[in-house]
Amino acid sequence: MSVQEALREERVPAPVRRRSRTRWVLPVWSWLVILWLSSPIIVMIVFGFNDTTGKFNIRWQGFTLRWYRELFTIPDLTQALVNSLSISLIVTAIATALGTLMGVALGRYRFRGSGSVNLLLFANIAAPEVVLGAALLSLFLTLGIARGYWTIVIAQVMFSIAYVAITVRARMVGLDPALEEAARDLGAGPVATFFRVTLPLIMPGVVAGALLVFALSIDDYIITSFNAGNTVTFPLWVYGASRVGVPPQVNVMGTLIFAGGVLLALLAAVANRRKQA
Amino acid sequence: MSRSRLQARLAPYYLVLPGWLWLVLFFVVPTFVMLSVSTQTGDIVSGFKQTFHWHTYVEAWDSYHVQFVRSLVYGLVATLLCLLIGYPVAYWIAFRGGPYKSSLLFLLLLPFFVSFVIRTLSWNFILSDNGIVLSPLRHLGLIGSRFHVLQTPYAVIGGLTYNFIPFMVLPIYVALERVDRALLEASADLYASSREAFRKVVFPLSLPGVFAGVLLTFVPASADYVNASILGGTRTTMIGNIIQTEYFTNLDYPMAAALSFILMALLLVGVFAYARALGTEDVFEVNAR
Amino acid sequence: MPDVPTYDDLPADVMRGLISPRMSRRSMLQLGGASALAMALAACGVSSKKGATATGTSASAQAKQFWSDKKQLGTLDFANWPLYIDVSPKNKNDHPSLNLFTQQTGIKVKYSEVIQENASFFGKIQPELAAGQSTGYDLMVITNGTYLDKLRELGYLIALDQSRMTNFYQNASPLVKNPSYDRGNVYSMAWQSGMTGIGYDPKRTGRVITSWADLMDPAFKGKVGMFGDTQDLPNSALLAVGVNPETSTEDDWKKAADWLKKQRPLVRKYYEQDYIDPLSKGDIWASMAWSGDIFQANASGATLKFVVPKEGAVLWTDNMCIPQHAAHPVDAMTYMDFVYTPEIAAMLAESINYITPVPAARRIILQDAAKASGGDKASLTDLATSSLIFPSPSDFSRLHRYRVLTAEEQKTWNSLFEPIYQS
Repeated sequence: MSVQEALREERVPAPVRRRSRTRWVLPVWSWLVILWLSSPIIVMIVFGFNDTTGKFNIRWQGFTLRWYRELFTIPDLTQALVNSLSISLIVTAIATALGTLMGVALGRYRFRGSGSVNLLLFANIAAPEVVLGAALLSLFLTLGIARGYWTIVIAQVMFSIAYVAITVRARMVGLDPALEEAARDLGAGPVATFFRVTLPLIMPGVVAGALLVFALSIDDYIITSFNAGNTVTFPLWVYGASRVGVPPQVNVMGTLIFAGGVLLALLAAVANRRKQA
Repeated sequence: MSRSRLQARLAPYYLVLPGWLWLVLFFVVPTFVMLSVSTQTGDIVSGFKQTFHWHTYVEAWDSYHVQFVRSLVYGLVATLLCLLIGYPVAYWIAFRGGPYKSSLLFLLLLPFFVSFVIRTLSWNFILSDNGIVLSPLRHLGLIGSRFHVLQTPYAVIGGLTYNFIPFMVLPIYVALERVDRALLEASADLYASSREAFRKVVFPLSLPGVFAGVLLTFVPASADYVNASILGGTRTTMIGNIIQTEYFTNLDYPMAAALSFILMALLLVGVFAYARALGTEDVFEVNAR
Repeated sequence: MPDVPTYDDLPADVMRGLISPRMSRRSMLQLGGASALAMALAACGVSSKKGATATGTSASAQAKQFWSDKKQLGTLDFANWPLYIDVSPKNKNDHPSLNLFTQQTGIKVKYSEVIQENASFFGKIQPELAAGQSTGYDLMVITNGTYLDKLRELGYLIALDQSRMTNFYQNASPLVKNPSYDRGNVYSMAWQSGMTGIGYDPKRTGRVITSWADLMDPAFKGKVGMFGDTQDLPNSALLAVGVNPETSTEDDWKKAADWLKKQRPLVRKYYEQDYIDPLSKGDIWASMAWSGDIFQANASGATLKFVVPKEGAVLWTDNMCIPQHAAHPVDAMTYMDFVYTPEIAAMLAESINYITPVPAARRIILQDAAKASGGDKASLTDLATSSLIFPSPSDFSRLHRYRVLTAEEQKTWNSLFEPIYQS
């Protein structure tokens, strides 16, 4: 019988737990932390409504929805946002594909060299962004390759693969190999087994990895700034603009992206609840 | 050997190949290229030539050891702060969250949906001398008229801590969440106080998460330069700023490469020693879920 | 407990061997292969292929030949600094002068505000130019100094078509015609000029600021801003110690560096372009500043003052030039000369608020002021009479150019001044 059952059998009256007077400490602390984490977001959202006339969005001058209407009136900013979104989608697709394959291999098989592959992934995650970006820049400089859109894609895929690989690997490791064996016994070839048995089972890990890559990629500053050349992504544009004054459109875009994220998460929660019900 | 057995033997290699190739081409090879650039001499106008000039490393350390040490110190302090601030929150969500666990976790991570450049710039606004935090404090006489937060090491470390909290909280949360509740029941039945239960049962079980969190926070925090650039002043320059300046303003590629290499060596050696002590599997596992 | 794949049927030592990372033969081969590749690459180094530098009469013959078969193509890719062109009042991204240009010449302009710093922009285009590729731009604006010099030395600029510079020769101010950094205007035509002096908020400093020495006042501790660069900072420091930067010696540089080191405890931050926000907010009270920034900040409601210090200030000029392999060089030349008509120069000056290279623009601005009314009239009159836009002859005597440095001198110069703002 299990430990729990054994304990229950021998149950002695449980000690009375005093209602700890310090029980409120944890919740208060945690809510304070959540508030602290949210404060810059609140500022960002509020100043997206500021009716500011000057270059600098620093003094409250009145409420307006104007920036929501004029959201795409700065061509460079719009282009930067478009670049960010398109690069992130491409990077997510490539990194998820490559990383999933690696994760499946590492989680499912024992093979010579798996140790060094693990080492490679670990080194990739552990190495600081400055070094990853600078090393790749050195390569491009040496080979005389101009930096731009595609070098950003290359750089971002490079640092993303490892995250997908270890996420999928963890999921693979918990998988019962009997399921795949059963599929093979029923005559499915390796490719069919992968797509119809393995992939659906590890899908939560793949999705988690993909979301992580997308988030890391769209917000990436350091590696991108080293390898961007003339191409501007959203974080690069905002950083550059901060030198002379960030326009309120940036606040609005940040607010909308934030709202989008909230919506996605709510949808996921609702979908989850539906599944459970 | 039968065909399917051969296929089975080769399968992992096929699967690993594309990703491995990408990493080798764009991570491993560039690291060696960077090593080779670091021993070149010359300048942007007349070109760079390979001269195996290892002295650049000595110059790099001589000129910038202050910034190296400062970066490691800032990284360490930020990591400790993240740990102290984040652990209780992770504990609270994992053990007291109940049905709201995912929502609370979500609420915690929500701010990080916004670009970190925007978040850091917002702090620049919030913490300004006559801004919404310092002005009232000054009116209440709680701070002097010359007191400022921006352009001090505290602002930079504060920014680093702020930006890396999720990297600390998530692994710890994952580790805590997996603690078998039966163990807690058992300790309660054995008359352990909740404090003892924490000290002797929960905390040790959360250690892999703590180690993973420390790793994922310390390395990027030490190598960051954006926080120092936006929130910092004189005497807060971090090694990341120097590397960026050498690459893009001074165009001194050998020096920049040498600095990057030293930084990577410092961090990776520490990380590998630390990971070897645990076994890399642990760090991956806890982090990945 | 963390999940570790358990293979209960294996002996413990084999299991340990499988789990712990080790250097297998495969990884040794990987390492070897990679090193071999890298060493092969190492032989290359980072190249800097020089183009032909144009000097003397053979050069102008070369230039004539270059331009003889070039035609206007109808597009212009223009790279510029942010906030450095006129904007229409309703829409910050509409540029009336560019629209007028398109109307009059039929050339469509693709305008990109991608230049944040000379150094980083140079760093971006250098590899492309070294590889013989186009930068994607036909026209760019580079400040006189280290990077303009480098671009010329490396042959990365196309010599201008002198026959297409009629407006320039007719209307340009003597300050920008035949300047010391580009004799004969072989490669560049001035876009705007500016001064690096001191900007301050009189309400916070409590007094008038007149000299660099004022930025050493202990009363301003923690409230002073300086630039973190190797041009404005050192040249201004040279002026602060009473030396003309253009003729300064290494000893003078050491004196200037000492002055800066003495000043360090008072400085809040060594800024790049981003000092104007803290100055407006009150995080700093006085700062090294660019004349146009202060003018623009005031136009947006600030109450800052700009002063050309007693000891002198640096005058810099941003110059239009054409990078090699530009796809539409004739369109670039057309635009460059277009900008020197007084009407267009006035349009630009009214928005940009830096020193226009066309003195005749002043007359036009006064005419516009007479036609306008109310707030517009006041601001236009301010513009026409401001010494920040149209410096007086007495101001000229206190303005100096950057020290021109050879590659060797640059190394000494950098080693003296970089530690000041980099530590």
